[in-house]
Amino acid sequence: MEKLILLHPADNVFIVRKTIQANEKISVNGIPIIYVKEIALGHKIASRDINKGEEIIKYGVPIGSATEKIVAGAHIHLHNMKSDYIQTYTLEKEFGHEQ
Amino acid sequence: MSNKKWKGYLRSDGRKGIRNTVAVVYLVECAHHVAREITTSFKDQQVHLIGFPGCYPNQYADKILNAICIHPNVGAVLLVSLGCESFNRNRLMENIERSGRPVHLIGIQKIGGTRKAIDDGKNWVGDAIAQIKNVPQVEMGISDLSIGTVCGGSDATSGISANPAVGRAFDKLVAENAICVFEETGEMIGLENILKTRAKTKELGAELENSVKKAAIYYSKMGHGSFAPGNADGGLTTIEEKSMGAYAKSGDSNLSGLIKPGDIPSKAGLYLMDVVPDGEPMFGFPNISDNAEIVEMIASGCHLILFTTGRGSVVGSAVSPVIKICANPETYERMKDDMDINAGKILNGEATLDEVGDEIVEKVLAVAKGNPSCSESLGHQEFILTYKKFEPIGPACLPM
Repeated sequence: MEKLILLHPADNVFIVRKTIQANEKISVNGIPIIYVKEIALGHKIASRDINKGEEIIKYGVPIGSATEKIVAGAHIHLHNMKSDYIQTYTLEKEFGHEQ
Repeated sequence: MSNKKWKGYLRSDGRKGIRNTVAVVYLVECAHHVAREITTSFKDQQVHLIGFPGCYPNQYADKILNAICIHPNVGAVLLVSLGCESFNRNRLMENIERSGRPVHLIGIQKIGGTRKAIDDGKNWVGDAIAQIKNVPQVEMGISDLSIGTVCGGSDATSGISANPAVGRAFDKLVAENAICVFEETGEMIGLENILKTRAKTKELGAELENSVKKAAIYYSKMGHGSFAPGNADGGLTTIEEKSMGAYAKSGDSNLSGLIKPGDIPSKAGLYLMDVVPDGEPMFGFPNISDNAEIVEMIASGCHLILFTTGRGSVVGSAVSPVIKICANPETYERMKDDMDINAGKILNGEATLDEVGDEIVEKVLAVAKGNPSCSESLGHQEFILTYKKFEPIGPACLPM
């Protein structure tokens, strides 16, 4: 089974279809990448290089924007993208004790 | 497809129920223990505990509790009051009496305390169970059903498998003249422009758009969106991303209306429930937890609830059965006993969205016919009702 799926042709992210294990090697658009850390089912991987401030496209629509330059194959999550509407709550940000 | 007719419980307002439950209702937290003691002695006998904990009056709580006490799945109601709380028990009692259901009010102070109240309650419930066996049973079909959908414990698989599969099921159910209700305008933020184009009238479209804008303002004031840390663990990064997934539950049908909690649609079709309070935030987040949304859907007449989850929610509900649709194949393997449908197989390429959509419709029929859902057989009967504030819906919300 393919590990990654593209949900919409306009997307710049792949979705992890089956958890990528630590140190597993995956081919992303023909580029072999070794993932040091586990990346769980459902998470996003950049399908191409994405510039800082560029929209992240999933389901063919923008779901936020990049807060730094993201290289093809990189895991995309809270550390490198943000909502363009309302900030995301995490346990680390709880009650003003921001990391 | 299996036989699509079954026997339902006919109520005086013409609606038909798929369950014949005795509701034991505490009218303030101070009466909760007594009500629970009464309920627990009727385990597995369709006696459900519901109630409102607040001592102060609130129009919203009054509307919701009144609506649920005369829900078609409810056959009889026991009201448990401490005696000094603000809930208008007399009006609630009259409302239930008018519906033809057996109803009884226990005042704990009046009857002489905890033990006497519990004894009286147990006696009454025992009699009520026998009495409601005689409720007339009539033919019922999909067009008599009202079905709600919520998602909880979402992860990034929810929007890819379970939610769009529910969308397919909704399309099929709406086509067969069911009432289908989806909700959580806070999870449509970013999608208001798409949503409004699906409205049956332009005016309804404007109302839908405004309801999402209201949600965006409300959640901004709360400091963050309808988003829990588990959503992020599951690969969701932003509210827009979660919204796109959540919205897929609505399928492709046109929208017939916009309702607020406790409003009961009378015509078949797809409805959006606006669950975000009106006016300045007064009582905190729009919904304190998933069951608050389920309670609101039940108050709006839903006979059963399609609940999608990726992380793995286990909740059920009092009054209306909850069908659990698991989006994530890894979660499904871990929590099989709690899940009615494995939508994760879509992700593994083992089934299509349409096939799982059909499976969901079949499960709706089976549960409507009386087969317990997983959460029902595990004894889940969660219920939560707190304070909220709403203005009535405008005339454009339910176009003729």
